[in-house]
Amino acid sequence: MRPLKHLFGIADVDREQIEYLVNLGHSFIDVNRRAIKKAPTLRGKTVINLFFENSTRTRTSFEIAGKRLSADVINISASTSATSKGESLLDTGMTLAAMQPHVLVIRHSLAGTCQLLADYLPDTALVNAGDGAHEHPTQVLTDLLTMKQSWGSPEGKVITIVGDISHSRVARSHLLAAKKLGYTVRLVAPKTLLPSQVERYGCEVYHDFDAAIPGSDALYMLRIQTERLTDNCAFPSVREYHEAYGLNGKRLRAAGSDCMVMHPGPMNRGVEIATDVADSVQSHILSQVEHGVAVRMAVLTALCGGAGEEE
Amino acid sequence: MSLLQIQNGHLIDPANAIDAIHDLWVEDGRVVAVGAFDRAADQTIDASGKIVCPGLIDMHVHLREPGQEWKEDIESGSRAAVAGGVTSICCMPNTGPHIDHAGVARQIIERARQVGLCNVHPIGAVTKNLEGKELTEMRELTRAGCVAFSDDGMPIWHAGVMRKALEYSASFGYMVIQHAEEKQLTKGGAINEGWVSTQLGVAGMPAVGEDSMIARDIMLTALSDARYHVAHISTAGAVDLVRSARARGLKVTTEAAPHHFALTEDEVLGYNADAKMSPPLRTEADRQAVIEGLRDGTIEVIATDHAPHHEDDKRCGLSCAAFGIVGLETMLPVSLDLVRAGVLSMSDLIAKMTSNPARLLGLNAGTLSVGAEADVVIFDTGAEWVLDRNRMVSKGKNTPWHGKTMTGRVSHTLKAGRVVFAEGEIID
Repeated sequence: MRPLKHLFGIADVDREQIEYLVNLGHSFIDVNRRAIKKAPTLRGKTVINLFFENSTRTRTSFEIAGKRLSADVINISASTSATSKGESLLDTGMTLAAMQPHVLVIRHSLAGTCQLLADYLPDTALVNAGDGAHEHPTQVLTDLLTMKQSWGSPEGKVITIVGDISHSRVARSHLLAAKKLGYTVRLVAPKTLLPSQVERYGCEVYHDFDAAIPGSDALYMLRIQTERLTDNCAFPSVREYHEAYGLNGKRLRAAGSDCMVMHPGPMNRGVEIATDVADSVQSHILSQVEHGVAVRMAVLTALCGGAGEEE
Repeated sequence: MSLLQIQNGHLIDPANAIDAIHDLWVEDGRVVAVGAFDRAADQTIDASGKIVCPGLIDMHVHLREPGQEWKEDIESGSRAAVAGGVTSICCMPNTGPHIDHAGVARQIIERARQVGLCNVHPIGAVTKNLEGKELTEMRELTRAGCVAFSDDGMPIWHAGVMRKALEYSASFGYMVIQHAEEKQLTKGGAINEGWVSTQLGVAGMPAVGEDSMIARDIMLTALSDARYHVAHISTAGAVDLVRSARARGLKVTTEAAPHHFALTEDEVLGYNADAKMSPPLRTEADRQAVIEGLRDGTIEVIATDHAPHHEDDKRCGLSCAAFGIVGLETMLPVSLDLVRAGVLSMSDLIAKMTSNPARLLGLNAGTLSVGAEADVVIFDTGAEWVLDRNRMVSKGKNTPWHGKTMTGRVSHTLKAGRVVFAEGEIID
């Protein structure tokens, strides 16, 4: 397998690397369920979580992942407006890199954050924890581990992603992963929430949620940002959005009892997903959260020299 | 005074339909003869194997002075110009203060005279403060030396203001140059909207943002029998609009920037901020349409939109990086690709960088007629060199051609008979 120096996105990893990370993540699930949740794998390693966007689950997930592997984990929450503080991002990155961490985990609203930093931080492994509307690779690895638990392999399965595809880094990472791993992505959204020429990913595009449900093996609901209402008239009201694109009990019944319900969180109950669906037996939303820790342990392990390998 | 003979060059002077091996004779800053002359030269330049043509005119340049001299100033911009074979530039009014008062225009012209390397013709603002609300004192600005009007970078969005601007400037014979961009459609965008913007997760600027404003402006131009010039045309739709307006006899003209006929949006893959400008690099179909517009004459002018920026304004990520690239030093070699590809004859290409912009702007330049000021460029069409941004003359190093091989190189630039650039050196 090609060694992993960074994790910028699904675009930069091949099938073998993806499967390696998912399988390694799988092996960490048990560690996380033990009474003593600690392994010495990353002893002496320093991991900095640098989050420029609000995030509870992803940051906590990386933090727990690092700590359970005995790494020294430092969390930094820096606030910044959209893309205006790009230069301070570079300075912050270089400053932290000068403190010699092994891994820098970064979330920023700027698409291409890791690509920007990499030129200036040659000796630090960079992990993209979400960059603008570009990629969110560890979320997709998390989802793949969750699917693995249910299906074994995602190959041939149909994952229907519903919501604001335009601004979704998760959707983009899934579209790239689908091609590499052989599953189908269906996108469901009004045209106002779909990016230009998205069909060129080789996905199926629907505007009618009900038409997309038959044949779906998973319904993957994206968080809808209500700012989009006022920002760019993407949809007229939450009420209408929920009617047209929300996952309710009726739609879940139409999908059948084997269909997985997924959501990268945080959920807007009553908007993109009804409460009874979110809490149903078909919901894998909390499993996704659990698997997120395991997969991030795998990513940190791989970047710090791989399981059982010396640097 | 000394008599200079530029010997054995392939002389191309589109305004006089000259395209042959001729000597060019220069004395007292002016062309005194083309071909044979009855006196012996005091000084000669051997131009064997090279093209000799009028000094280039770049009608779309940002000199940044006054106000942003850390990006470029009149001196550094003039030096970059002559290094690229350009002897006349038109500078855009988005300086600080803006060129919306005669005093600013006079100051720029005076400073350019002190530098003495190339002609600088200001383009006056259409509206005060480039706010798109109140017209500037256009007549006064023309008396101070402004040669056209534009709110470049700040499209004139208000249809009523645009109508009045076209009517008023046309009353004095001047054109309005529009940076055509419907900002309601491009808001937040950094690159062309399409497959590339989708993959990068970066907000895009749709081609229709350019096209829709040009369509409206053409209708207003027809209404007012005015003169309208589309700056840096970049889309297939816009080229079609201009072509059909011209076929109807409207006074609509346009220019293309080298990057729009040489590069596509693929350049920004990898988040390359040095390929970010407005309008953005478009698709291959758009690039081909711009080339076709150049070929069939719809696009009469090549102009660079030279937009120097400091490194800090570029290395902050694609979405927040400043728009614009430098162009003066790459204009000629990049444009020569059009000749190599068989799109244009050498004479037609040179016309788009000399006599055509001179005619549109009423400049006394762009020709080697006997008696004309001897602004001359001598270049080698086949010389290959690798562009190193750190060796560029402009203060701006923001170019997508860093490390690329350029074919075609300026060997000499003469301004009013004086050699101001020779074999890689600027002669102040």
